[in-house]
Amino acid sequence: MTETSGAKGLAFDGVTIGLRGEVIIDLSTHVPPGEIVSVMGPSGSGKSTLLAAAMGTLAPAFDFEGRIWLDGEDLSGLPPERRRVGILFQDDLLFPHLSIGANLAFGLGRRITGRAARRQAVEAALSEIGLAGFADRDPATLSGGQKTRVALMRTLLAEPRALLLDEPFSSLDADLRSQMRALVFGRVRQAGLPVLLVTHDAEDAAAAEGPILRIGKT
Amino acid sequence: MATSLPRDAALAGKTDPGARGLRFVPLLTLLVLIGPVVAGVFGTIAPAFGLFPALTGAAPGMGGFDALFAWPGFSRAVWTSVTTGLVSAALSLAIVIAITAAWQGSPAFRAVERFLSPLLAVPHAAAAFGLAFLIAPSGWIMRIFSPWATGFEQPPDWLVINDPGGLALIAGLVAKETPFLMLMTIAALSQADAARSMVVARGLGYWRGSAWLLVVFPRVYRQIRLPVYVVIAYAMTVVDTATILGPTTPPTLSVQLVRWMNDPDLSLRTVAAAAALIQLWLVLAALALWRMGEMAAARLGCRWAEAGWRGPRLGFLRPGTILLAFVSSGAIFLGLLVLALWSVAGLWSFPDAFPGGVSIRSWARHGPELLSTVIDTVAIAGAASVIAIILVIGCLEAEQRYGLTVTSRGLWLLYLPLLVPQIAFLPGLQTAMLLARTPPHIAAVIGVHVVFVVPYVFLSFGDAFRAWDRRYGVAASALGAGPDAALWRVRLPMLLAPALTALAVGFAVSVGQFLPTLLVGGGRITTLTTEAVALASGGDRRTIAVYALAQTATALLPFALALGLPRLLWANRRGLRHD
Repeated sequence: MTETSGAKGLAFDGVTIGLRGEVIIDLSTHVPPGEIVSVMGPSGSGKSTLLAAAMGTLAPAFDFEGRIWLDGEDLSGLPPERRRVGILFQDDLLFPHLSIGANLAFGLGRRITGRAARRQAVEAALSEIGLAGFADRDPATLSGGQKTRVALMRTLLAEPRALLLDEPFSSLDADLRSQMRALVFGRVRQAGLPVLLVTHDAEDAAAAEGPILRIGKT
Repeated sequence: MATSLPRDAALAGKTDPGARGLRFVPLLTLLVLIGPVVAGVFGTIAPAFGLFPALTGAAPGMGGFDALFAWPGFSRAVWTSVTTGLVSAALSLAIVIAITAAWQGSPAFRAVERFLSPLLAVPHAAAAFGLAFLIAPSGWIMRIFSPWATGFEQPPDWLVINDPGGLALIAGLVAKETPFLMLMTIAALSQADAARSMVVARGLGYWRGSAWLLVVFPRVYRQIRLPVYVVIAYAMTVVDTATILGPTTPPTLSVQLVRWMNDPDLSLRTVAAAAALIQLWLVLAALALWRMGEMAAARLGCRWAEAGWRGPRLGFLRPGTILLAFVSSGAIFLGLLVLALWSVAGLWSFPDAFPGGVSIRSWARHGPELLSTVIDTVAIAGAASVIAIILVIGCLEAEQRYGLTVTSRGLWLLYLPLLVPQIAFLPGLQTAMLLARTPPHIAAVIGVHVVFVVPYVFLSFGDAFRAWDRRYGVAASALGAGPDAALWRVRLPMLLAPALTALAVGFAVSVGQFLPTLLVGGGRITTLTTEAVALASGGDRRTIAVYALAQTATALLPFALALGLPRLLWANRRGLRHD
């Protein structure tokens, strides 16, 4: 056990992940609150495997050793829905059968009770991302940037203790990409979240202004 | 110190007490599928060797087989069973190959697909009646061409329907099995990387047909092999279609077998059981023969490929293949049309092309009893398909949550109730029920329908369920939703359309079941299918038409709902529309 295990933030403590006898991830690092650690590596280097381990969705075929700590709590043994680890993917993954408002309400913590109060919280969140009055609309009618903003807000409304970013900007075109970077990074710093960013875009890593870890053979 | 992470599998059970039962759904489903088949086969074997003297009065021994072999129609019945089964399966497959090789990837092919899908849901019995009303000497085709072209003022005395060679039966089976194999092939094409392989092969100078046969077909056939076997087993042992279209003196072995089963003389059950075992053996032998044919075809194909022959130019045959599709699907569409005409026909004498008057008398006359039969049919089909989809969703969800993978052996188990001929194990189930002194009950009929409905529901829903982007599930759990919430609030709503289609497929399969209803229902529980087939010998065209149409409508309407409901519910959700 290292000194990082009891600290605030997200800590990988001697994490090794193997598949059929071959070690694909071997990592010890600590992500303090408000810091964005970038993980870079070529495709197939196990970046998504690392995120799956942090989420708790690692397929049984993988051999996992080590510990992942979040704010001093051992995450191993916790199912994904109890970890309070948020994730943003390259695609927005807004649920297509729910309205924009219902997507946000899906994420909104259960502490806010009562239809009116929840509805109000959703409206407030929407106006915060410049989409006031969009609650009843179909997510498929949004532009790419709008979808990313809704997806970010949905994740934040669940009050995560850490955030994982899985190449979240790679599907956006160049000028939108820098805008969204600024928005997402600004929001997570403001929320004081430890963030693990997986990317193969050096600009992403530079904009994150945090440590850069390289994994996999290069 | 490093410790290994407990498997997520174990976690889900620990934190989700409600989901613990899910673990056992695959096993339960397997029991539901395999249990009746195994029990039924044993229940068939025992009386065949005279092991239930209390029931049949026969002494243990080979008496049943002796009586069966002594039946004068035996060899003829075996011959027609085997030939109609193998020929119709081979013809259906050949038509599918011809159409696909000629048209895959073209707009015409998509049109064929759209044309064939609804045909799948038309029950076999209704399709057979429609065909009979078309091609009989007094049928619609003859009426349209008489007397101006044929000179007939009276229907000619030809044996077109129920011909001893079984040609009408083959035609009826081909018309129904072609759409089934076609849709299975279309599903397989997407996984065979067909479009790109075709481009590569044609770029190497192979003509379209040769390219398809050499590079696409081998991969497609691997995936449709089990459906082809199902078609062979089904066609060799079918009872309803064979009763309507097949030979009569003697009938096919399966039709004669059902007569023995239903004979009040219980000693004939020994003969029926012996026939069922022979039937099972015949199917196994036919499948082995087919398998040898497969291997021979594979060798020839490899030699062809090694020889580098770019193949014959068969482009001139392309229009002909469209005609094949048109004739085989037209037989069913026109058959339904002529059924509709007969159901409202007043006086319609030969050789008039159309009825002299239209009346709803036939519908009015049969209305009350028809309605009660419809209610029973819908109750059975509704219960069976709902039970089936619950089992299937449970299996698929358990498969994913606990990381179980379905091996090819698992797929064989799924197909088992479709591969073992119904006629080989349903008599055994009936015998078991008689021994247990269980009176025929609707629950037993529903239970046995589930056996045949589950495989089709699984095949229909499995691909869509597995193709769902699992990151939606990760996103949901990152937002605090447990596995059950992710299933009910995200996955199933997103998969509403394919789930409803699978439900409709299951419903249609149940509506079309003849033998399970007849044997397990003991003649006391009737559905539109058993009623319609029972009318076959009477020859009252108007009554037959009314029942066959009611049967078709009952099977087809759920498809309309399955298409319409998601559009209505998700009218404002563009992300869920895929057409």
